[in-house]
Amino acid sequence: MQQYDTIIIGAGHNGLVCATYLAQEGQRVLVLEASDTPGGLAATREFFPGFKASVAHTVSHFSAKVARDLKLAVHGFDSATAPMPTVGLNSAGEHIVLSGTGAEAEINGVSAEDATSYRGYRQLLQRFAELLEPFWLKTMPRVGDTRLSSLLTFAQLGLKLRLLGKQDMGEFMRVATLPARDLMDENFDSELLKAMLSWDGLIGSKMAPRSPNATVLALLYRMSGELGGAHAIPVGGIESLIGALNSAAASTGVEVKTGARVGRILIEGSEDGLRATGVELANGEQIVAGRVVSSADPQRTFLQLLGVEYLEIEFSNRIRRLRCEGYVAKLHLALDGVPNFEGLAKPDGRMIIAADMDAIEFAYDDAKYGNYSQQLVMEILVPSLHQESLAPAGKHVLSAHIMYVPHKLKGGWTEEARAILVQLAIDTVAIYAPAIRAQILHSELLTPLDLEQIHNVTGGHWHHTEFSADQLLMMRPTYEAAQYSTPIPGLYLCGAGSHPGGGLMGGPGHNAARQILG
Amino acid sequence: MGLDTTQRGRYWDNDTAMKTYDAIIIGAGHNGLTNAAYLAKAGLDVLVVEKNDYIGGASVSREMQEGWIYSSCSYVCSMMRQTIHRDLNLTRHGLVLVPYLGTVSYGDRGETLISYTSEEVNYNALRRHSPHDADAMFRLHTDLARYAQLIRKTLLRTPPDPTSFRPRDIKELLWLAKEFWALGEKELYEYIRFFTMSAADFLEDYFETDLIKAAMASAGIIGTALGVQSPGSAYILLHHVMGDVDGNIGAWGLARGGMGAISNSIAGALKELGGEVRTNAGVEQILVKNRKAVGVVLENGDELTAGIVVSNLDAKRTFTQCMDKNDLPEGIYEKAKNFKIRGSSGKVNIALSAMPKFTGVPDNRYVDRGGHNFVGSLETMERAYDCWKHGRWSDDPFIEAVIPSAWDPTVAPPGKHWMSNFVQYCPSKLADGPWTPEKRDQFGQTVIDKIERYSPGFKDLIVHMEIRTPHEIEAEIGLTEGNIFQGELTIDQLLFNRPFPGYAQYRMPIKNMYMCGSSTHPGGGVSSACGANAAREILMDLKRGNTVPEDDCYDE
Repeated sequence: MQQYDTIIIGAGHNGLVCATYLAQEGQRVLVLEASDTPGGLAATREFFPGFKASVAHTVSHFSAKVARDLKLAVHGFDSATAPMPTVGLNSAGEHIVLSGTGAEAEINGVSAEDATSYRGYRQLLQRFAELLEPFWLKTMPRVGDTRLSSLLTFAQLGLKLRLLGKQDMGEFMRVATLPARDLMDENFDSELLKAMLSWDGLIGSKMAPRSPNATVLALLYRMSGELGGAHAIPVGGIESLIGALNSAAASTGVEVKTGARVGRILIEGSEDGLRATGVELANGEQIVAGRVVSSADPQRTFLQLLGVEYLEIEFSNRIRRLRCEGYVAKLHLALDGVPNFEGLAKPDGRMIIAADMDAIEFAYDDAKYGNYSQQLVMEILVPSLHQESLAPAGKHVLSAHIMYVPHKLKGGWTEEARAILVQLAIDTVAIYAPAIRAQILHSELLTPLDLEQIHNVTGGHWHHTEFSADQLLMMRPTYEAAQYSTPIPGLYLCGAGSHPGGGLMGGPGHNAARQILG
Repeated sequence: MGLDTTQRGRYWDNDTAMKTYDAIIIGAGHNGLTNAAYLAKAGLDVLVVEKNDYIGGASVSREMQEGWIYSSCSYVCSMMRQTIHRDLNLTRHGLVLVPYLGTVSYGDRGETLISYTSEEVNYNALRRHSPHDADAMFRLHTDLARYAQLIRKTLLRTPPDPTSFRPRDIKELLWLAKEFWALGEKELYEYIRFFTMSAADFLEDYFETDLIKAAMASAGIIGTALGVQSPGSAYILLHHVMGDVDGNIGAWGLARGGMGAISNSIAGALKELGGEVRTNAGVEQILVKNRKAVGVVLENGDELTAGIVVSNLDAKRTFTQCMDKNDLPEGIYEKAKNFKIRGSSGKVNIALSAMPKFTGVPDNRYVDRGGHNFVGSLETMERAYDCWKHGRWSDDPFIEAVIPSAWDPTVAPPGKHWMSNFVQYCPSKLADGPWTPEKRDQFGQTVIDKIERYSPGFKDLIVHMEIRTPHEIEAEIGLTEGNIFQGELTIDQLLFNRPFPGYAQYRMPIKNMYMCGSSTHPGGGVSSACGANAAREILMDLKRGNTVPEDDCYDE
């Protein structure tokens, strides 16, 4: 007896978004989540009694359209929060602070020349980001597709490019593939400013300032949306977003089952070929449905849950070769009080530790060979300053992304290797906040390997698969699976491994639902 | 070359100091000479001015030690457009290309991989390393040949300006779209992948043996400031395999008599067509009046006037060193300043008293007549690049060596040999201060130390060494930072972006001024395509009949 129209694997934000859209159109939808809580990498965990953190703490380009369509405001998500400043930390306390968005964007701590360049740079990139923005919420058609809707998408892109005008169109086509380093060198003098601006094009990927081809696109992707690339902590924290998604799903009749790990996707063959008919849970229970939509990463979906025996060999080879190794580790510190960063009145911004682009480049060089750098580059936050519920009264949480930390460490992730990395990370933070060591009540390190195990993401990769030019747009994750359908009828993708990609945006979930609904 | 009055043609002398040429071409490299030859063929009165006392630029043969003739800079020939070769009758002017035979690649642990021209022999050699990889090599070569075929068709064409609405640009864009479309959907995706991936990731799709990957990846880094793991290096790999020698696609060849034979033969054709070449005539500045190029001022103070000025120098040098900033439209100086032209390689030319013996290689004349690639492993090559990032030369560099005397008796005394070593990486600016002769010699020492590891006793054979870091290459040849391609071959500087968006059709922002060097489409490599393409555009502007032949792209 078929009870559901659609089963969605994974209750991350994309899974929930997709489920709700489908349920809004009257489908009976079941979401199966392996963990005990929904939210995926944005789920909030208690890492020390009374102290909570999540891998993703902030929103920067969550789709306003998705929030509207799913009425997330009604369900408790308040996106109208002020973006927090981005701070480039300097060991002498001469920090660079970027604040505000759009016309109110401000920069402090740089020369008048750099400040002027920054305004021009922002304006140009904002124009480019606006050009691309509509395409993040569209299915990228197959190149060979001659249906009118597909041709219109291409025509629209062409037209938008032309409308930039000769000068900017030429510049767009040049800049689109530039490495971050060249873009920054062309625009600025301050090494710290260059490093902090390139950061947003690189984080979460295996790219460094000198890597060509995808960094600028990553920057533009993150600049889409209302915050123009800035980050904010929602009023009720990231839980309020996950909570609202969960509640929106429930209100449309979606069933979300946590602690329900999918073991495999059920396939049936007939004279018409193969078809996905449901899933089998790890405990052996089988649930049938009209279709299966996976928000798990593509490698997990195809290689583990489906099995290569159902796939054509060239396709499975391409899936196998997707680059899915994460290079970001997460550090959580439970603190006895507000950490004091020298030269900062209050550490309520997104603080980046990278003295110059070489610091990022050289940290990446170490990771290429399977080591972590002795000179870490980091992005740190004290989310409890924005959201009191994360820590007991008067206490605080420091949450940091550490780059570049390989998923496969040479010699393995031994207790010793972890201890050294934690110490190194704390020492790095202490350069800017010397008194912090005495405030630390507990520390937790999540390596990409831990992220893989906790959140069921292959390689611990934030974006499920590398955000590189050959794995983008109509090639994400690979052709023949880039329009959310897969070579197996009845099986769809809706996770970060699909266009437009990772980050808390909701794009893949939205696009997949639209594609399924036709 | 100099002033050879036995040839037909007009030569500059004091009596004609005030004469106005139809065109002055700055720089007698192979592209400058090609450009001049096609202009002369259309009846223009052309003069090529060259700062050195020899012609050829980086395509040059020089006797640096008595009896030994070095190809001081470029050392193999594969991209030379055969249609130009035939059209200018270069064979009659002395150009003979000899195909290159096998290549030996050396691994870090002394293992060797010998590639042969015979498919069957090659297959068996690969099987010794991995049967899987032996099969994969067929797949790689088929794929590369297909990718190359399309790019090859664009070499002798002017890139369209995608921002323009002129019928010609739209027509050319449609032609490109049609060519791409004809590949079919799947192939198109593979193309995009290939264009944007790193050589290491790309080869991961084919091979399991590190030495084979390293051997194949080496072409992806030659001449560029990228590593084997940098996205974009897969395309550069193609740039090195899309050539052909005598119809043998993907083959490499050597010019008998050294790479100077190419420049000399083009110069021979130019003179026969009535063109003029003047050496020891470095250009101080390009003269601009009323926003029009009107001639050049030489370093010795002479002013030469011409209807048009064509620069064969790289884009950065042309605009930031040979022109007055005030003569340039707004923004051009900045574009030129930001043009990426990074020195990443050095060259060590060595005269040897005998043929060196390499360990792990059978004593075989066939093998001698090819290359010796000291690749090590993918990690060794990537680490070599890391050194460059830190502003020092690689301590364990990638070396691509050739011993041309093994099959060309004209370049070394009987029984003796000369060895060309292309070395990567070597920065043009060192972190610890400017280049000095001592540092240059240390760099050379690093190279011969590495070769000695694979060829014990090698050092005892050395008769003479010419060590060229990017510093020397820039000082002598005028290539900014010693970049062999006159600008990095990354997507932001390819096709209609080369050298800058809006100026990819050989016309420069000043009226009557053109560019014809490798800074323009299709970029570096001794192809003569840049010079020929520029000539076609110039003749179109001058409303003269086109003299530049179409490429003869044969399908495989």
